Amino acid sequence: MTKPLTIAMPKGRIFEEAAGLMQQAGYDIGAGAEESRKLILEFPEQNINVMMAKPMDVVTYVEYGAADIGIAGKDVLLEQDRDVYEVLDLKISPCYIAVAGLPDQPLSRIAPKIATKYPKVASDYYREQGEQIEIIPLNGSIELAPLIGLSDRIVDIVSTGRTLKENGLVEYEKITEITSRLIVNPVSYRTKSERIDPLIEKMGEQVGVNS
Amino acid sequence: MTKKLMFEKPLGMRDTLPFFHNKKEHVRKNMAQVIESHGYQFMDTPLVEYHETVGKMSATHDTHLFKLLDQQGHTLVLRPDMTAPIARVAASQLKKEGFPLRLAYDGSVFRAQQSEAGKPAQFEQVGTELIGDHSSYGDAEVIALLIDSLKQTGLEEFVITVGHIGYVRSLFEELLPGDQDAVAALLSYLHRKNYVGYEKYVRSLGVSQEAKDNLNALLRLRGGEGVFEEARALSKGQAGLKAMNDLKQLYRTLQEYDVASFVQFDLNLISHMDYYTGILFEGYAPNVGALLCNGGRYDTLLPSFELNASATGFAVHVERLVEALDGASDTKKGPLCLLVDDATFKAGLQEAARLRQQGDQVVIQHIDQVADVEKFSLKFKTVREMYKEGGDR
Repeated sequence: MTKPLTIAMPKGRIFEEAAGLMQQAGYDIGAGAEESRKLILEFPEQNINVMMAKPMDVVTYVEYGAADIGIAGKDVLLEQDRDVYEVLDLKISPCYIAVAGLPDQPLSRIAPKIATKYPKVASDYYREQGEQIEIIPLNGSIELAPLIGLSDRIVDIVSTGRTLKENGLVEYEKITEITSRLIVNPVSYRTKSERIDPLIEKMGEQVGVNS
Repeated sequence: MTKKLMFEKPLGMRDTLPFFHNKKEHVRKNMAQVIESHGYQFMDTPLVEYHETVGKMSATHDTHLFKLLDQQGHTLVLRPDMTAPIARVAASQLKKEGFPLRLAYDGSVFRAQQSEAGKPAQFEQVGTELIGDHSSYGDAEVIALLIDSLKQTGLEEFVITVGHIGYVRSLFEELLPGDQDAVAALLSYLHRKNYVGYEKYVRSLGVSQEAKDNLNALLRLRGGEGVFEEARALSKGQAGLKAMNDLKQLYRTLQEYDVASFVQFDLNLISHMDYYTGILFEGYAPNVGALLCNGGRYDTLLPSFELNASATGFAVHVERLVEALDGASDTKKGPLCLLVDDATFKAGLQEAARLRQQGDQVVIQHIDQVADVEKFSLKFKTVREMYKEGGDR
């Protein structure tokens, strides 16, 4: 028997949707995954191993070849710039990265400060705008930063906009749309193509690539 | 800055311990044997070069170069690859030798890295350059030699993926006439392996649906010789036709070399943004998560050293090849040890000389210097305690 295909799946919010999509494509890997605390799930009848990973880390597992394929948010791909094939837009968990801040507040003229979980995305964006800014990296509750005067703006994921609203922040600019992507390790893409190509095709049919 | 601890090394640098050194030596020797048997001559170049020449011409991005200054204030680089220095030599000292030239190398190259595991800043490359042969026989020779030398090291499972940048460019120029920006953007998406971005960009272009379909079809031009027909149907231009003929000729020649089973085609393969100009290839082994070897034809490097010639070559990442072989190559027997004392020393020397003559590796160790015989003995295939046998004084 050939070595199993290893799939890195994001734990948490995106998992249900991602596993659902896999299931529709004929890969039944969702069963019991979320309830269990096991990090590696084996599906010998399908010759598949599933790794449960933190969404931010899926790309890392795939880049190093610890997993052959994975499902990762475009936000992580943009932020980490890793050597993986981005083969399909799965169109799940849609949201976008935006610039937000307190209403009617112009950017500070001396060294504007931007708080964000996405330092690279933020600095790339402002460089494109011809604006030199300083990044304050944060890990969560980014919305706090402008409220307490830590930063002029924040760059963060927005899905409904409710968090911004409840904290009295407004959106200034949309940077880019985000959805989950199917990614493939460059070596697996060549050496396991007989398993990966049909998977990409079936998943593609589910998300309507050719429509 | 924190004070460095005694055991620390600069970022991305590794020590080669004896066991790993042995494995590398095995790979080196086997590859060199095959490469030399094809008449390629090994050479070496300095570790340090001028930034203005080799640094700028190299395919390695400027941010990955190790730079230093010499006493006169010139910027120097640690060589980031071997191709550019060899091109420099071919275009100067060797230019009167008569072409085609067949050269080979085995050396360390340097690429400055960000803080991440698994991306060494110094690694060893074994490779070849075939300079001044413009034919697809030349491309085939290099790929066949690569495959033979990989096989010689004991590697059984690997794939060489072949593409042709000339085909991609001509397809783009046909479908997007005069739109340099779009061509550059699409090439960049392919290079970054971002098919989603590529398809989105194609959707946004103001060209006919048929052209869009053809651009997207490029993403699926992968596989065996079957892709040639599809590729032919997409591109009708002269340059595209020539590229397809190159690839067909290459495939036929590889069949004659009897190595075609290791080769697959991927017409959207872009190893580097603007270095390769014709056939290019990458090699992978299933149990190593990163590129094992790569190469291709480059037409602009030698002219930038004022030599009007085209060349093709390959480079194998030695450490990754060792990883791919994973112990299979561990054929080294390990040394014997003769433990002696004052009385048996001379007998030990004679015995060692005899054993070395037979090809054994022999250590002579005076027993006084060994605190723990049992622990010391673990390192050796066999240990003979000659001091117990006594000497004839």
